[in-house]
Amino acid sequence: MLLPPALATGNLDIITDAMVREVTVNAQGRATGVHYIDRTTRLDEHVSARVVIVAASALESARILLNSKSGLFPDGIGNGSGLVGKYIMDTVGAGVGGQIPALENTPAHNTDGASATHMYVPWWLYQEQARGGLDFARGYHIEFGGGRRMPGFGFMGGLAPFTEGSYGAQFKEDCRRYYGSFMGFDGRGEMIPNDDCYCEIDPAGVDQWGIPTLEFHWKWSEHELNQARHMQHTFAGIIDAMGGTVTGTVHEDGARAIAAPGQIIHEVGGVIMGADPRRSVLNQYCQSWEVENLFVPDGGCFVSNADKNPTLSIMAIAWRASDYIVQQLASRSLG
Amino acid sequence: MSEERDVAEARMSDNLSVVEPLTRATKRVTELPVVGATHMDRRHALKVMAIAAATPGLLSCEPSAPGADIASVPAPTSNPLAKGTAADPDLIAPIVPWQRSLSADELAALAVLCDVIIPADERSPSASQVGAPDFIDEWVSAPYPRNEQDGVLIRGGLLWIDRESAERFGQGVRFRDLTTEQQHAICDDICFVPDASERNELGARFFDRVRYLTSTAFWTTTEGMSDLEYVGNVALAQWDPPPPEVLRHLGLEP
Repeated sequence: MLLPPALATGNLDIITDAMVREVTVNAQGRATGVHYIDRTTRLDEHVSARVVIVAASALESARILLNSKSGLFPDGIGNGSGLVGKYIMDTVGAGVGGQIPALENTPAHNTDGASATHMYVPWWLYQEQARGGLDFARGYHIEFGGGRRMPGFGFMGGLAPFTEGSYGAQFKEDCRRYYGSFMGFDGRGEMIPNDDCYCEIDPAGVDQWGIPTLEFHWKWSEHELNQARHMQHTFAGIIDAMGGTVTGTVHEDGARAIAAPGQIIHEVGGVIMGADPRRSVLNQYCQSWEVENLFVPDGGCFVSNADKNPTLSIMAIAWRASDYIVQQLASRSLG
Repeated sequence: MSEERDVAEARMSDNLSVVEPLTRATKRVTELPVVGATHMDRRHALKVMAIAAATPGLLSCEPSAPGADIASVPAPTSNPLAKGTAADPDLIAPIVPWQRSLSADELAALAVLCDVIIPADERSPSASQVGAPDFIDEWVSAPYPRNEQDGVLIRGGLLWIDRESAERFGQGVRFRDLTTEQQHAICDDICFVPDASERNELGARFFDRVRYLTSTAFWTTTEGMSDLEYVGNVALAQWDPPPPEVLRHLGLEP
């Protein structure tokens, strides 16, 4: 969406099929450009730059920085703090579905847009949490919906438990009856960053472009596990109160309720920003503390991961960083 | 809305919501679901079926080069390395790059079973009349592990149900030759996996999968959606709350 107007300025060239391997530096420790592998020719190429902006999405940005080793930056460019790759996060996710008899045989009507775009439950248990009534910190929101949606792959394919395996004329009738009577509830919650969630270069791993790959380490804390269990029990309670039947498994063990790390694809952190160069990789403008013409304005800079999707925050942060870069270039403080 | 929306949406919709919530985790290849306590026997049986049913054709179909349908849009460039932006594939005229693998005889047998599962009635045609066998053929011919598993289960199952027909109703008699009453006599024993006897469990899993795919094939057509009175997917000038008759149905005051 932002590329066409940028192309229209005539100041943008896009090089596609380019797998960036590392950021290059000169003897003064300034970034000079990037090396990349052309996916179509498999040749190593280099582009030079006054300012290098790495926005490859959080984990890939961390990987590029870690792979940019040189005499000045033996542990990766801008990694004097040793924090590149550390404090990576995803969103806490868990869900439960149900069948609601009251919704059977609902008169035909258009339910498009009746779920996530018009219904949403923000976190509502602040007071109970403040009183110490919950076994986890932070909160989650609920995305829920159902309705008479366009049939897609798998439509009514799992009806057998409700119909004892009907087929023929009865199956057709059952599909009509049950259409629109299923609802789903998904929780999306905040994860607290911790020391045990990080990535580093895998000494034995390399991808097909010859670029060293990442190895991941992950451990949920009790906050995330208890939150996921709370989600499932809450949703099962809602379905029960609606007179419905839960169609999945509600787990007592939060480790079984929670979606696998990375599954909600809200990867953030790993190139964290902060006010102290010893305890962060970037300043508030996503600018490397150590290499002033190197910026990482993507999800890597996140130091916390609220329950909401990170994309809009990433765009706002990138916008602020871009304004800063333009201003710094204009005043000749950079580049 | 969000990039993970398809996870939530899949759970929310009727699609897969009962037994198989589609998550990114379950998109990975999983073991064939095995029900009951004597699964080693059935595993062995499956293996035998796999060997019997596997053909070189299933494995040798060559998909065309990935990205072949992606056009490159040239962009004005000052950098000779710049190559423009990639375009999306044409989803209105999708390309199926693999060849169908079921034989004419298998398709004929499948058509009979599809119509036992979804027969014609006054509201809509039968499953085979809207092309369910061809849909299933495309599905089981795809070069992905889950599809290949389904291919083995369905090709093997078609042999199973013909052999069952012969055992019950006479040598050489195939499922397609039976009367509706006779077909139902077999299907009643395999239509619900938890109720199937041990000797019928393989047949029950086969039937369940054919019903799953037939249901998808049928209800996603114009005829199927019309039968369900699906009225969405149209441009709306505004978003209206549920109509009064729906609120009344739910016991809510309009």
